[in-house]
Amino acid sequence: MDWTLLIVQLLNGLQLGVLLFLLAAGLTLIFGIMDFINLAHGSLYMVGAYFCATFTEFLDSFLLGVLVALPLTFLVGLVVEIVIARPLYGRDHLDHVLATFGVILFFDALVHLVWGPEGYAIPLPAFLDGQVGLALGLVLPTYRVLIIAVGLFIALGLYMVVSWTRVGMLIRAGASNRRMVAALGVNIDLLFTFVFAGGAVLAGVAGLLIAPITEANIGMGNDILLVAFVVIIIGGIGSIRGAFVAAILIGLIDTMGRSFLDDFMKLFLSNQNAETAAPAFSAMLIYVLMAAILYFRPQGMFPPRVR
Amino acid sequence: MLRKALGAGLVAATMLMGATVQAAEVKIGFVTTLTTPAGVIGRDMKDAFNLGLQHIGGKMGNLDVKVVYEDDGFKPEIGKQKTDKLVKQDDVDFVAGFIWSHVLLASRNSALKAGKFLISSNAGPSQLAGKGCHKNFFSTSWQNDQTPMALGEVLNQKGVKSIYIMAPNYAAGKNMVSGVERTFKGKVLGKDMTKWGKGAQLDFSAELAKAKSSGAEALFIFYPGKAGGAFIKQYMQAGLSDKLALYSVFTVDSISLPKFQKAKMQGVLGSLMTQFWGPDLDTPQNKKFVSGFRAKYGRYPSFYAAQSYDTVFFIKSAVEAVGGNLKDIDGMRAAMKKADYPSVRGKYSYGNNHFPVQNFYLREAAVDADGNWTTKIVETVYTNHQDTYAAKCKM
Repeated sequence: MDWTLLIVQLLNGLQLGVLLFLLAAGLTLIFGIMDFINLAHGSLYMVGAYFCATFTEFLDSFLLGVLVALPLTFLVGLVVEIVIARPLYGRDHLDHVLATFGVILFFDALVHLVWGPEGYAIPLPAFLDGQVGLALGLVLPTYRVLIIAVGLFIALGLYMVVSWTRVGMLIRAGASNRRMVAALGVNIDLLFTFVFAGGAVLAGVAGLLIAPITEANIGMGNDILLVAFVVIIIGGIGSIRGAFVAAILIGLIDTMGRSFLDDFMKLFLSNQNAETAAPAFSAMLIYVLMAAILYFRPQGMFPPRVR
Repeated sequence: MLRKALGAGLVAATMLMGATVQAAEVKIGFVTTLTTPAGVIGRDMKDAFNLGLQHIGGKMGNLDVKVVYEDDGFKPEIGKQKTDKLVKQDDVDFVAGFIWSHVLLASRNSALKAGKFLISSNAGPSQLAGKGCHKNFFSTSWQNDQTPMALGEVLNQKGVKSIYIMAPNYAAGKNMVSGVERTFKGKVLGKDMTKWGKGAQLDFSAELAKAKSSGAEALFIFYPGKAGGAFIKQYMQAGLSDKLALYSVFTVDSISLPKFQKAKMQGVLGSLMTQFWGPDLDTPQNKKFVSGFRAKYGRYPSFYAAQSYDTVFFIKSAVEAVGGNLKDIDGMRAAMKKADYPSVRGKYSYGNNHFPVQNFYLREAAVDADGNWTTKIVETVYTNHQDTYAAKCKM
C-alpha cells in the first residue's frame, strides 16, 4: 500500500466533498424550510460559473471575477425566487418539479444563446495554477488545496450563522415547523427569499470553484445536482450538519471507489473484467449507500428535530 | 365503369407525379449532437456539411439536396429514435453523421434494416468493422482502433518504456485502449476507464494521482469533447507536464485549442497526437475546405468537420454515378466502394468492411502564422493502414 497515494486520495475526496456540501447546503435548506423541490439549483451553479468565467476574462483577474460573480448570482437567485418559486410554495411537489425543470431548460438555452455551446475555460492566476508541497512529500495542485480551505471555511461560517445568530435560529425553526414560525409573526416571505438567494450564492460558489478545473459547461449543474440530492437524503433533509457529513462521506466514497476499487476487484476477478466492472460499480456505490440509509433510517442521518 | 377507370387513372397519375417530385431531390438525414456541451462538435459537423453543400451548389447531379439534421442529445436511445424517424417519416435516402460509437451502434439496425445507406462521419466502433459489417454501411472517418494504434507506434519510436492509460468507459473508449495496447511494446502500468455519458466524470484528481504514483513515463488519453479540455487543465494543474509526457487521440483538436489559447495554457503546445488528417494537409480539396471554413465561420475546422465535409462529396459521387436514379442501390454501393471523390485527406480506398484504408500522421499542437493555436503534421506514421477487424468481416 502506498501511503502517500492514500492521503492524496483522501484529500481529493475531501475536495469533492466540500464542493458537494456547498451545493447541498442551499438545496437542503430550501427543501427543508420551504418544502420546495428546486431542481434548478444546478442551474444557479452553472450561472455562477459562467458569470465568473466572463468577468475573469473581461477583468483579467480570477479574484475580481469571483467578486463580481457572487452578487450577480445572488440577484439571479432573488429573481428566480420571486418570479418562479414564490407562487408555487403552496402547490404540491409535482408542480415544483415541473416548474423548476422548466427553469433548467430555460437556463440551458439561455446560456447556449449568450455564451455559445463550447464552454469556457477559466484561467487561474499563476500563484494558484501551480502545486504546493505539503508535509511527507505530498504534492497537490494549489488550487485544490484552496477549494478545500474555502469550502471548510464556508462550512464553518454557515454553521456559526445557523447555530448562533437570530437568522440562523429562524432557519432552524423554519426547518422544524414552518407554520409555527409564521404564526409567531416572523416575516416568512423575507426569510424564504433570503434563504433561497443565499442558497443560490452557495451553489454559485461551488460552480465557480469547480469551473477552473472542469470548465464552465452547459448543463454542468444537472449532473452534479443528482449527487447533491443523494447527499441531502443521506444527511437528512433540512439539516446543514447532515449535509456536511454526508457530502464529505460521499466525496470520500466516490474518490476511494475510483482509486482503489479496480485493484481490489482484481483480487477475485480477471484483470479485464475488473477494469470494466470497477468504474461501473464505483459509480453505483453512493446509490447503494442511499438505498441502505433509506431502508434503515429513512429520515436520514441527522434529521432536524420536528415537533 | 368509365368513372372508376378514370378515377384509378387519376390516382395513378397523382402517385406518379408524387414519385417524380420525390425523385427530384436527394434526402439526407444527419444525426449528430446539437445540444449538451457536446453540441459544439455537432455544430462543427453541421457547419462543415452546409459548407460542402454550398461548394457543390446544393446539387448532386441534377437533383436538389435536402438535409434533415437531428439531435441525438448524446444518448444512444434518442439517436435510435431519431434514426427511426428519419427512415420512416422523412424517408431519407442516406443516414449520415454520428459522433458517438454507442449512438451509432444503437441506431445501426434502424437504418440498415430499412434498406438505407448508413454513413458514419465519425464513430468507428469495432463491432461494425468486424462481424457486424454490412454492405450498406460506409465510414468516411476511421475505425476506432487505428488512430491509437498509430500512436502506439509513435511511443515505440520515441523509446517510451511504460505508459498509464485513461479513457472513458464506453464503446469507443474500449477500442482506443485496445488499439494502443495492440501496438505499444512497453509496459502498461495502469489503466482507468472513467464514467461517460450522462453524468460523465470531469474531475480526474483521483486518476491523475494514481497515474503519477504508478511511475509510468507517459500518459495516453482519449477524451473527446468537453472532457478533453477539463482533463488537460487538470493534468497541467497537477504539474505533470514535465514528469509524465502526454500523448492523446481525439482530445486536442480545433475545438479545444482556441479555449486553451484563451486560457493561456502554454503547456499544451507541443503535445503529440495521431490522426488521419490535419488542417495543414496539402491536398487541393483540403485547402478549399480549410480556407472556405475559416472564411465562413472564422475558426479552424476540426477533424469532425473534415469527415462531414467529405461525406457530402462521398454521397454526391454515389448519386452521380447512377445518374440520379436513387432506386439503384447496387449501383450507388458499387460507386461508393471506389471512394472516387475528392477527399480532404487525398486519395484513399475502401477495405472489405467499408472502412477507409488510409494514412495516419503524427501531429503536434503548434502556433500558426497568424498566432492561432492549431495542429501541424510532423510525419507519416502509417501508409495505407487497414484496421485489424476487417479480417472478421465476411464481405
